[in-house]
Amino acid sequence: MRYCSALAVLATSTFLATAGPAPATELEVTHWWTSGGEAAAVAEFAKAFDATGNHWVDGAIAGSGSTARPIMISRITGGDPMGATQFNHGRQAEELVQAGLMRDLTDLATKEKWTEVIRPKSLLDSCTLDGKIYCVPVNIHSWQWLWLSNKAFETAGVPIPKNWDEFVAAAPALEKAGIVPFAQGGQAWQVNNTFAVLMLAIGGKDLFQKVYGDKDDTVAAGPEVAKVFKAADDARRLSKSANVQEWNQATAMVINGKAGGQIMGDWAQGEFQLAGKVAGTDYTCLPGLGINPTLATGGDAFYFPLQKDEAKAKAQEVLASTLLDPKTQVAFNLKKGSVPVRGDVDLNAANDCMKKGIDILGKGDIVSWTDQLVSQDTQKQFEDLFSEFFATAMTTEDAQERFAKIVATAD
Amino acid sequence: MADVAEISGPQTAIEPRGARPRHAFSRRNIFIYGTLILVAVYYLIPLYVMVVTSLKGMPEVRLGNIFSPPMEITFEPWVKAWSSACTGLNCDGLSRGFWNSVRITVPSVILSIAIASVNGYALANWRFKGADIFFTVLIVGAFIPYQVMIYPIVILLREIGIYGSLSGLVLVHAIFGMPIMTLLFRNYFAAVPEELFKAARVDGAGFWAIYLKIMLPMSLPIFVVAIILQTTGIWNDFLFGVVYTRPDTYPMTVQLNNIVNSVQGVKEYNVNMAATILTGLVPLIVYFVSGRLFVRGIAAGAVKG
Amino acid sequence: MPQQKRPIRLLRNLNAKIAAVPMMLTATFVFAGGSLWTVLYSFTSSKLLPRFSFVGAEQYERLWAAPRWNVAVENLFIYGALSLIFQFVIGFLLAALLDQKIRFEDTFRTIFLYPFALSFVVTGLVWQWILNPDFGVQSVVRSLGWTNFEFNPLYDADIVIFGILIAALWQGTGLIMCLMLAGLRGIDEDIWKASRVDGIPTWKTYLFIVIPMMRPVFITTLVIIASGIVRVYDLVVAQTGGGPGIASEVPAKYVYDYMFHAQNLGQGFAASTMMLLSVAVVVVPWAYLEFGRRRHG
Repeated sequence: MRYCSALAVLATSTFLATAGPAPATELEVTHWWTSGGEAAAVAEFAKAFDATGNHWVDGAIAGSGSTARPIMISRITGGDPMGATQFNHGRQAEELVQAGLMRDLTDLATKEKWTEVIRPKSLLDSCTLDGKIYCVPVNIHSWQWLWLSNKAFETAGVPIPKNWDEFVAAAPALEKAGIVPFAQGGQAWQVNNTFAVLMLAIGGKDLFQKVYGDKDDTVAAGPEVAKVFKAADDARRLSKSANVQEWNQATAMVINGKAGGQIMGDWAQGEFQLAGKVAGTDYTCLPGLGINPTLATGGDAFYFPLQKDEAKAKAQEVLASTLLDPKTQVAFNLKKGSVPVRGDVDLNAANDCMKKGIDILGKGDIVSWTDQLVSQDTQKQFEDLFSEFFATAMTTEDAQERFAKIVATAD
Repeated sequence: MADVAEISGPQTAIEPRGARPRHAFSRRNIFIYGTLILVAVYYLIPLYVMVVTSLKGMPEVRLGNIFSPPMEITFEPWVKAWSSACTGLNCDGLSRGFWNSVRITVPSVILSIAIASVNGYALANWRFKGADIFFTVLIVGAFIPYQVMIYPIVILLREIGIYGSLSGLVLVHAIFGMPIMTLLFRNYFAAVPEELFKAARVDGAGFWAIYLKIMLPMSLPIFVVAIILQTTGIWNDFLFGVVYTRPDTYPMTVQLNNIVNSVQGVKEYNVNMAATILTGLVPLIVYFVSGRLFVRGIAAGAVKG
Repeated sequence: MPQQKRPIRLLRNLNAKIAAVPMMLTATFVFAGGSLWTVLYSFTSSKLLPRFSFVGAEQYERLWAAPRWNVAVENLFIYGALSLIFQFVIGFLLAALLDQKIRFEDTFRTIFLYPFALSFVVTGLVWQWILNPDFGVQSVVRSLGWTNFEFNPLYDADIVIFGILIAALWQGTGLIMCLMLAGLRGIDEDIWKASRVDGIPTWKTYLFIVIPMMRPVFITTLVIIASGIVRVYDLVVAQTGGGPGIASEVPAKYVYDYMFHAQNLGQGFAASTMMLLSVAVVVVPWAYLEFGRRRHG
């Protein structure tokens, strides 16, 4: 591919240009990747960036995006911007861009032909505002996975389920064997996303789009969504004795066979890999919960706040192209458990689960995820609702009524 | 206000005043010591759990009983917490945060106490019109949740141009320490006998001369209280530290949070406990060393409304 | 204060005024200014950045319709009332016990006071570990034979606020005890002698003579406890994260979450304003009476 070799030349040329006597520029990069698999992945970025003669100053903030984002935003609005920062692309950084606090990357993007290499196209669309590009997507993450512990089902003496319904049916056997059927982390963002995953898998693409995309509150109050609430009720019942908060602790329960399964994004794979588990033999993954193999293409992206310092601004460009470099993309995404944003890279090293994901992406069975569809404000209201729903005995009818009300005022 | 307090002023007695004890094993004594020991156990349990867990290896922690003493003492969690626990790519534990905390705490304590002591002195001894209104606003400010003020302060620091710098954080600590500190000093100086102050004025001493030559030398107890309260308060601060600094100047509490919340694989409770104790060590030492002075100082100043 | 006639009023007490400049700036720009700014912007639809787009009382309507806010307010009342009562009672009782000319007073006092040296974050983490059902108190008691023992406050929505209260009392009562002790030591020995001569029982002396004399101590204590209650945040975040579900949410956390996580400043400011309002209703009249009018002594 033509542009691929062009890029390679460009990558090496920047490497040569900065490897000389040019002073190393330190660039502080903030992110919330602090779990084992995530840290290993981000180390790949740092390594690649340091190899260009600059220096990656790691600004990890622990405790998930909802802890880290406020800190990042106050730093940017407070006039002390970092060199680059992670956000989930979509609407999280929209206003910062509108306020002119973020750097316009359009020139670099044109030069490196991002519109041609990045796929699916929707990723770059989420980075674009008024025709200008403001962020670099680095991976494709999808939430719609059910991770199952093969060991747990063997212990319980039941076959490994092939979809959500079988999973629910197998739960009593797990419980009898002293295994928590469903490991659900208690944090609000996790329960909220579990519900959205159920919506897409059980309700289907159209229903998902009508509720989250068109914000149609009649549909949200209707019988189709009631079915999804029924499934959420199952999930609530099966996770009753889980007592975990963090997602990776819930994943650890699945890894150790203490829990039957977990709904979590593909980053959970990084944890399985780190624990030396093999897809297919130790664990099973069901994209779209085995019902409706449609994936949402959310993901992480890097934004580059405007810098006064000329050298830093230069280093930002170098970092932007390093993040998209084919080699870095592969190295990073293999460790992270996500899919590269470039369609032109070699992924032979990918494992079974990743290949399943890549297949679905290739078929184009994709939707935009809630991060892109609704505002953070609406997300928070969903989070409040579902964290209450999962922790109490709220009836599905009450919950659905409140859900529809939020949808009616969503933006 | 009790007369005795007024006369003895800062040197308020701290001797016990209750009824005298009679027999060593009277019913009364058994009741008193029994209750105290029972309560002391409740207070000590968390410290005990922290210390014991931090000295166990992970396999032993996983066995379960958090109250059992370690079968095999290991200091590895301490070493790890101090020098090699990871957040993201930074694997230098709490060591860096310790020095940052020192660099934040020392100037903040000095600045906030300097401002508050002069301020309290002005309010107590040199009253001027309007002072009460400002002071009332200040006291009400003590009740305002910090979260409410985060945004206005971001704007304020940005306009001054010190957002993200150490001096910005020091200023924030000085501002939020002001209400309670000023109240403390104002009450203390108000209890200084009026005659002393009048005599100095007759001698022609001015505002600063009286402060430096008369007030300062006799206000050691209240300074001790102020230093203790501010040192622990600022050392323990998390919210300001995380919002108004950048990663290379993160205080220890922020790093503690980072270490505890960066779960890489399994939660290492022993390292977390060691990190927790290490972070609390400085204020703990301050209290253990100066506990007696603290009560004396409080008796002298804080309790006079 | 001796009054002398000076030509320019502003210059009278000039040094004192200069000394009070930091206070004036802080009071005006930070506390008053920041509060006013917050109130003003609570009537806008500001999202991630403050914008003056007036929407009337819309944010308030939404606030009071939000189940989470109502839970938070209710929790604050329960937590506040209990914490006020318990801190006062326990603090006073401990101080009274320590005031009985006992041995090892220093040791006991240090034990009761040391948790105050630890931050709320540390307090929250430690009690989260101790109350964890899988390896904390519950599992230990069960392993001793009481297999039906049930003590799981952090994962039970009905009693989670008590789990937080246990930790809060552990952290804060020591300081209250210290204040009370200092107050008790400020009572004249003669009063004790007189009451003993008159044959008044000890508990009656405390209740009817000593406690009324300790009014200033109680006021300082009240300020400290009450300001801590309104601001409670770190402890909840560290210990339960507001969970299970939204059972242990508090107003300060609502403010923070909506301002920064939900990126809806307007909503956060509306919640802030409600907190400021409640503080103002209770504190301003009292602070004015207490500090505004009376001359010391």
